[in-house]
Parts: sequence; structure tokens; C-alpha cells
Amino acid sequence: MSGQELEVDFVTVMIGDQLFGLPIGRVHDVFVPERLTRVPLAAPEVSGVLNLRGRIVTALDMRTVLGLPPREDGAPLMAVGIEAKGEAFGLLIDSVGEVTKLSMSEMEAAPANLDTRWARVADGVYRLDGRLLVILNVDQVLGTEQELAAA
Amino acid sequence: MDDLLREFLTETNESLDVVDVELVKFEQDPNNAKILDNVFRLVHTIKGTCGFLGLPRLEALAHAGETLMGRFRDGVPVTGEAVTVILSSIDRIKAILGELDRTGEEPVGNDRDLIEVLEEMSLASGVKAAAKNIPVPSSEAEPQPAVVPETAGELTYQVLERELRPGEVSLDELERAFRETEIEPVEAAPVVEEKAPAIKVPMVRASAAEAEPKAEVAAANSTIRVSVDTLEHMMTMVSELVLTRNQLLEIVRHHEDSEFKVPLQRLSNVTAELQEGVMKTRMQPIGNAWQKLPRIVRDLSAELQKPIDLEMSGAETELDRQVLDFIKDPLTHMVRNSADHGLESPVERLAIGKPERGLIKLSAYHEGGQILIEISDDGRGLNLGKIKRKALESGVTTEAELEKLSDQQIYKFIFAPGFSTAAEVTSVSGRGVGMDVVRNNIELIGGTIDLKTASGEGTTFTIKIPLTLAIVPALIVEAAGDRYAIPQLAVVELVRVQANSEHRIELIKNTPVLRLRNKLLPLVHLSNLLGRGETSDMTAQTGFIVVTQIGGLNFGIVVDGVFHTEEIVVKPMASRLRHITMFSGTTILGDGSVILIIDPNGVASAVGSNVDLARDDSAERQAAAAVSSAMTSLLLFRAGGDAPKAVPLSLITRLEEIDVSTIERSSGRSMVQYRGRLMQLVSVSPETEERTEGMQPLLVFSEGERSIGLLVDEIVDIVEDRMDIDVAAEARGVVGSAIVKGKATEVIDVSYYLTQVFEDWLHRKELDVGAPTRKQLLFVDDSAFFRNMLTPVLKAAGFEVVSAESASNGLALVKSGHRFDIIVSDIEMPEMDGFAFAETLRQTDEARDTPIIALSSLVSPAAMERGRAAGFHDYVAKFDRPGLLAALKDKTNEMRNVA
Repeated sequence: MSGQELEVDFVTVMIGDQLFGLPIGRVHDVFVPERLTRVPLAAPEVSGVLNLRGRIVTALDMRTVLGLPPREDGAPLMAVGIEAKGEAFGLLIDSVGEVTKLSMSEMEAAPANLDTRWARVADGVYRLDGRLLVILNVDQVLGTEQELAAA
Repeated sequence: MDDLLREFLTETNESLDVVDVELVKFEQDPNNAKILDNVFRLVHTIKGTCGFLGLPRLEALAHAGETLMGRFRDGVPVTGEAVTVILSSIDRIKAILGELDRTGEEPVGNDRDLIEVLEEMSLASGVKAAAKNIPVPSSEAEPQPAVVPETAGELTYQVLERELRPGEVSLDELERAFRETEIEPVEAAPVVEEKAPAIKVPMVRASAAEAEPKAEVAAANSTIRVSVDTLEHMMTMVSELVLTRNQLLEIVRHHEDSEFKVPLQRLSNVTAELQEGVMKTRMQPIGNAWQKLPRIVRDLSAELQKPIDLEMSGAETELDRQVLDFIKDPLTHMVRNSADHGLESPVERLAIGKPERGLIKLSAYHEGGQILIEISDDGRGLNLGKIKRKALESGVTTEAELEKLSDQQIYKFIFAPGFSTAAEVTSVSGRGVGMDVVRNNIELIGGTIDLKTASGEGTTFTIKIPLTLAIVPALIVEAAGDRYAIPQLAVVELVRVQANSEHRIELIKNTPVLRLRNKLLPLVHLSNLLGRGETSDMTAQTGFIVVTQIGGLNFGIVVDGVFHTEEIVVKPMASRLRHITMFSGTTILGDGSVILIIDPNGVASAVGSNVDLARDDSAERQAAAAVSSAMTSLLLFRAGGDAPKAVPLSLITRLEEIDVSTIERSSGRSMVQYRGRLMQLVSVSPETEERTEGMQPLLVFSEGERSIGLLVDEIVDIVEDRMDIDVAAEARGVVGSAIVKGKATEVIDVSYYLTQVFEDWLHRKELDVGAPTRKQLLFVDDSAFFRNMLTPVLKAAGFEVVSAESASNGLALVKSGHRFDIIVSDIEMPEMDGFAFAETLRQTDEARDTPIIALSSLVSPAAMERGRAAGFHDYVAKFDRPGLLAALKDKTNEMRNVA
């Protein structure tokens, strides 16, 4: 191996028809979201809050964040638990795949013509055999629309 | 820093706070030996402990202070200057302690300046000498500039404590020394006595002073110090325990005959007790938060040249220390404000006949699970004009909005950000901390702040805060299919809305309101507020109204359902959601689900911007008066046909229901025995069904001893509505028709029925008055309704009535030479109102001495006073018919007597 080939484990998740990856270091846990409480007047991507083992978790729907059509009723739903600034978040996704180890050097920049909502949260793209894996920037996902507008 | 030192710092700081307070008391009451003993003992203890710990600078200063106080104990008169010097010494000690806290070491420097003054004072038999050298007390407690690092020999007189002098002292020694001091404080006594030659402490007094600490030590041994972190941790754990208990209870609730039930009940009780116990450990007397105030007020008093008394009561009221921390600064700020802006200068006070000394009162007490703190001053009160001007200048409001606001609402602008009415920024207040910060701090902990003020009499702020923040009782409600928690602190009562009950939701220009005990309560639908309303029917007569009170603002939150109350553990809102003002946090319910906690303050501000406010006290009365000037209470009933009929409620004596079988008929008249007399009955219209059995409603009108009953089909409602009457009455016995609640309604003429029954009704009255010629009465009212309603009444009272529909018409009549014996005038009239009318009349030759009676729906002491000033002889409420007749009789009798 030449130098330090930096490899990162990514948790892969499906959102709509697209495969996404999240650095495993940022993923706290994966759970099935239950008893979601809606929060009126909140931003559209906040689908609600829920109780995960005594902690209050704010759930963000990744489909809304990415501008995808809403999930059909009864469609499978999973959540990826993220910790940020002492608070717990849950990213709502369709399903969770395996953990993939990938080399950082192989990551390519997101294409310039990518939908802005995607470009904001995408760190880069991997070309896997047969499909593309978009790496999500967790902090960008958690950043609010207001922060985005202010930037 | 070792534990000993830390403990010393904590204890000393506490002692010093006490000394501050005691000294201020002492200054006011120099002859109180007990206070002096207290102060002396505290300073002495500080000095002693410093010696043991090897803190020479502190020790020297404390010693000098103690010496001076020893002189006072010997009977040297106490002066304000001496107290100021001692207070400066204490400030210096605090500054050194602050440094000690930060660095773990006594800062380099000396206190020669202070010590010299102190010594000089103790030496001089009179204490006046050193006044000019007094160092300015630094209330900011800034660290003293490190002066020349010479450890000056100012401690030489302390020969007796030599062996414990600085240098390196091992921890062992320190600990041993400390133990000795703690267990045997009596040991300290010899120190004083050995010094006695210099101080001349009479033995008896010394022993008295030393006897007390023993008792205190005994008390001290039964308590221990626990770090706040430990308590916080315990609190968190107990909170979790409460949650888990709630969850278990919820599970068992679904299993009727569970064997867990009994042990769970036990667990539940134990948890509750544990919770209470842990809460208690966090409780501190509120006095801790205002301990520094006497000193602050004393300093302010000197700085502002205003003598100020501070009265404090309820210092022992306990509340959660977390809450205490939050209100400490707001309280201090408000007391400063009162002293600076609230109280007038002594010159001004004397000029307006107030005592020279201003008074600030601080009181605290428990009330219904919350704590009320009041800060009041007897100063000048808030200046409404200034606040208005400032509100306009700062763009908080507009001229048009201001028009609509009550005074009380305008006063509240002082809580708006960046609002200060102080013309000049003084060093005391105007430090950029405004009342908005005060309000924010208080609202942060779920409290509310309100104020009352009267020009020239002072201002009172009332703060309501919860006892604790961690666990609060809340009402669980449902709106649009979701559950929410409303903290019970804000909830006054619950009202159930039902289609047929007395509580119905009504609309005023699309704004829902509830009539509750004669007050209009603005309503807000929770689901609409939260953007979940499916533009539902605003008047849907189902659900509950949570009557809420926030800072004098009453409003009702309409919810779909109410479940139960539950002790909820408040968890902060996620940062992402914190901008939503409607919620103050989240909580986990017994069944494990998360629900949002409604912030009543957020709802209140939403209500405030949407709906007319119904406020307490003066504001509310004003609002009610404003409403009643336009509104009339009407009794709606049906009698013959479906069209509703109405009669002013005030004219009716009683509403009755009689058994029709008791109705007796004789010579075509219906009578009924009523209260021991025969009362004649009249049907409102020929179509009124005369029932043959059952009950029939009856409106009873009385006049003196005579009553008649008006038979109706059904009493529909009592409404308060604007009366715009079309007087064109075609039918007899009808004053006119009006639109009441959207329906054309006939307003009946009561006098028609009265005269129908008693043909002599008018005639008899004439005799009563007993005057051969009828008195001429001018009745001025712009409302045709009242002219029509009252003219017969006045006629019935024996007057020849001429009515005028405006003041100018009335005036024209007077000037035309028509002589009136008495004038009755409405107050609220367009163009020329009643006051102006009366004033003008007073200047005419024709009616200078004619009695005038004001008739107004606006009856308040102020209005009556104004009426008297304008020249009215009497002031009667518009619907107070007996009152009016009595006033008329009075005036006419007077006239007769004069004549």
C-alpha cells in the first residue's frame, strides 16, 4: 500500500430509488421509528419527535430533504440515529443495506448539474458495480433551511 | 485548591452576605446590641478562620474591622461614615476572596488605606475624624490593583496568634486546625478575652455572644453540604423514575386483575415521596436571592440622594434553587429600577405631601403551587404619555393601534425590547438591561410578570413563578387528533361546551368568544393555532375550553378533548424546533409516547395579536364599560309566532314559571297568586297560546307593590347586543324592531302592558307626586329606543315629558323659553355630549339652576366625578329605573322645599 490509503465504512441506505452512504462513525444506531409525534408549525422535513429509550429524538424525513415524493402509506420505514451537539436525530429512510468499506480516494465529486437539494447534502459519489452510491454529509442534512438561506 | 479552602470560601461568602444585611440594619438601629453582636461574631469568625488558614491579608483587614466594631460594643456612637468604612472593608474582603477563588492564593497587595481609616476610627473617641479618607465602596467587587508587594508590618498587634502565622502550613496541620475550630468554637472566646485590654469587652456580653454560636454549631452538625451537581443528578434520576413509574402504571391500567397492582401502588407512593424529598433538597428560601438587596438599596440611596426604606416580607418562602438563580438578577434589576425611576426625589415627595423617605416593598408568598413575588414602590407611577411616545418612537406600535389599546396594555410596552422611559441614563439603571430581559428571564422559567400602576401612587410588579421546573403538573388535551400538555400553572378552569348548555361559543366578526360569568372570553382554537384546523366550524358546539390566564390576560383555548392531569418531566425542545413559540418543551407520557408542551405565553401572544383582550382589573372594567355603552342586555323570548321578541333585561323584575292550573280567571282577566298577592297576567300577543296544563314562562314586572306578569311561550336566551332600533312600530305594545343575533326581533313596549292592566298606573303616580300642575321634564337622548322606553316611565312618574334627540335640540328648547323643572340627559351623544350640554346649560339664564340628572350606561366613579364637575346634580345608570325615579323624586322634593 502506498501511503495511508484512507478507508471508511459506510452504512448504506435506500431513499427512493437511490443508494446513499453515511459514514459509520456518525451513525449511532438504526431503529424502526414508532409512535412519531407530529410537530405542528415545524419545518416540512421535520416529521416529528419520538421516544427512543427515554430520549427525545427529532425525526427528519430524508425524502422531504431530498425533494422526493412522499412514501406511500404502509411502505417500510427505517431510521438512522445520529447524535449532533448533544441532541438526538433520526433520519427517516426506506431501508438499510449492508456496511461497505470504501477508499476515500475513490470518491468523486458530486456532478455539477446535480439537483441543488441533493448537492447541498452530498459529499461525493462512488461508482459501485452497476450503481452509484451518494455519500451524505450528515451535518449538512441536519442544517436547517434557514441556515442554508443565510449562507 | 484543597477542600478546606473551598469550604472556607463558601462559608465566608455566606457570612459576608449576612454581615452586609446586618450592618445595614445596624446603621438604622445603632442601639440594637443584638445586631451588633451578630455582626461582631461573624467578622470575628472570619478573622479566626483566616488566621488558621494562613491568609494574612484577610486576617488583618477583618481584625481592623472587628476592632472598630468592638468599640461600638463599648458604646461608641455609630455613624453612617463608620458603617460605610466597614462596608468598604467588607467589599475589599470580598474582592480578595474572589481572587482567592480564582487563583487559590491570596492576591499580593496590602490594605493599609482601609486599615488606617479603621484604626483611626477605633482610636478616636468620636468617630468623625476619618470621614474624608473613606475609600469609595466598589460594588463591582473589582480585584484591587496589586499595590506595592510589601507585606507591611500592620499585623504586629496580633501577637497572640503568632504560631498560626503564614509560611508553609501542611495540609495535616490545616485539617487539625480546622477540626478544632469547628468542634470547639468556644476556644475562640479566650482570644477575645486576651485581647480584652485593648477592646475592653465586658465579660458578660462576651459570654452572651459566645453562648449563641454553640447552639448554632449544634444545628450546623445536623446538616451537611452536598454539591449542587449531586443534587442535580439525583433530580434527573428521580425524574426518570417518575417516568418509568408512569409507564408501569399505564401498562397495569390495561390489565384489570394484575398481581403487580399492589406492589406497583407501593412503588408509586414511594416514588412520590422520594420525588418530594429530592425536591425539598433543592429548595432554598427566596431570601437568598434578595440578601444583597438591603446593601444595594443603601448604596443606591446614597448615590441617588434619596432616602429609601426597603421592606421585605416572606423571605423564608422556599423555591427551587434553579428557579432562584433565574430570578435573582431580574429582582435586583427591578429594585434598582424602583429606586431610580420609580421613587421621586425627596424634594418632589415633600412637595406633593408624601413622606420624605421612599418605600420599596418586596414580598413573596405561595399561592396554588406557585410563588408570587411582588415588588412595589410608592413612587410616581408609570407615565402613560411617555410610554406612548416612546412606543411610537421605537416603532413598537402605531398610532392607530395605540388608540385601541387599554392603558394596561400600553403599560406593558415597558416589557418590549429596547424600551426605557428614563430620560437620562443614570449609573444606576439604564445599563442596557431592560425590563424585556427581566420578562424574558421570567418567562423562560414558565413564569409571568404583570404590573399595576397608579399615577402618583406607585407601581407594583407581580411575578408568578412555578415552584420548580423539573416536574410540572400538566393537563393532557387533544386537538386535531394529537395530544398536547398544557402546564396547569396557567390553567384557571375548564369549561365544557355543549350545544344546549349555557356555555356556547359565539362569534363576533369571526372571532370566537365565550360568555363566562358576564365576561367575554376571547377564544382560540388550538388546532387552528397549530395550523391543523381544517377550517373547521368555529362555533362547533363540542369540546372543552381551557380557560387560561397569563399576566392578567384571560383567554380560552378550545380543544377537542381533555384526558387527565399528569406530572410531566419537562424535556427541552430540540434546537431545531425551538423557534416555534407555541411549545415550551416535550415530555414522555406514561404510555411512552412523546407529546409537546404548549407554552401558554406563546399562545397568549398569538391571542393578543388576534383577538380583543379581556383583561383583569381596571382594564377589564374599562373594556366592559366600553362594551356596555354600545351593548344592551336583552331577554329574547317567543310569544305568538316564531319571530323572536325582546325586552331589555333591566326592566324585568323576575323570570318565573307558573303552573297553568293555578291561573284564576275572573271577568276576563287572568290572575295568579304570586307572593301572597294576586298578580294580573297579560298575554304579550293574542296569539300567545294559553296553555291548559303544564308550566308557562312568565316575565314579571314590578313597580312599587304592584306587579304584572307577561305570559310568553318560551324564553329563548339572554343576549348582549348592539341595539339599532327601527322605531317605525306598526303594532301597539311594540317599541320597534331590531336585528338581534342576525334576526329581526320585535322589542316590546313594557309601559303599554303596564297601562293596559292598571289604567290608573299613570294617574296614580300623578297623585303620588301630589302637584296640581305636572312638572316639565326635558329628556335628551340620541337613542330613539331609550326615548321611547323611558318617556312612558317618566310620564308615569308624573312628569310632562318633552324629549329631544340631541343636546343642541335640547338647548334650543331651553333657549326658546320653554321652562323646564328638571332635565334628564344622556351622556354619550354625538356632536355635543352630556357633559358639554350640562356645562352649556349652566351658562344660560334660563336653566342655570335647573336640576340636571345624567343618565348613562357608563357609570364609574371617574365618570360620576366628571358629571358632577360639569354641573349634573345626580348621575344614574341607564337601566336603573328605580334609581332614576328616586333621583327625580329627590330633586322635585328639593324644589318644593325651596319653593
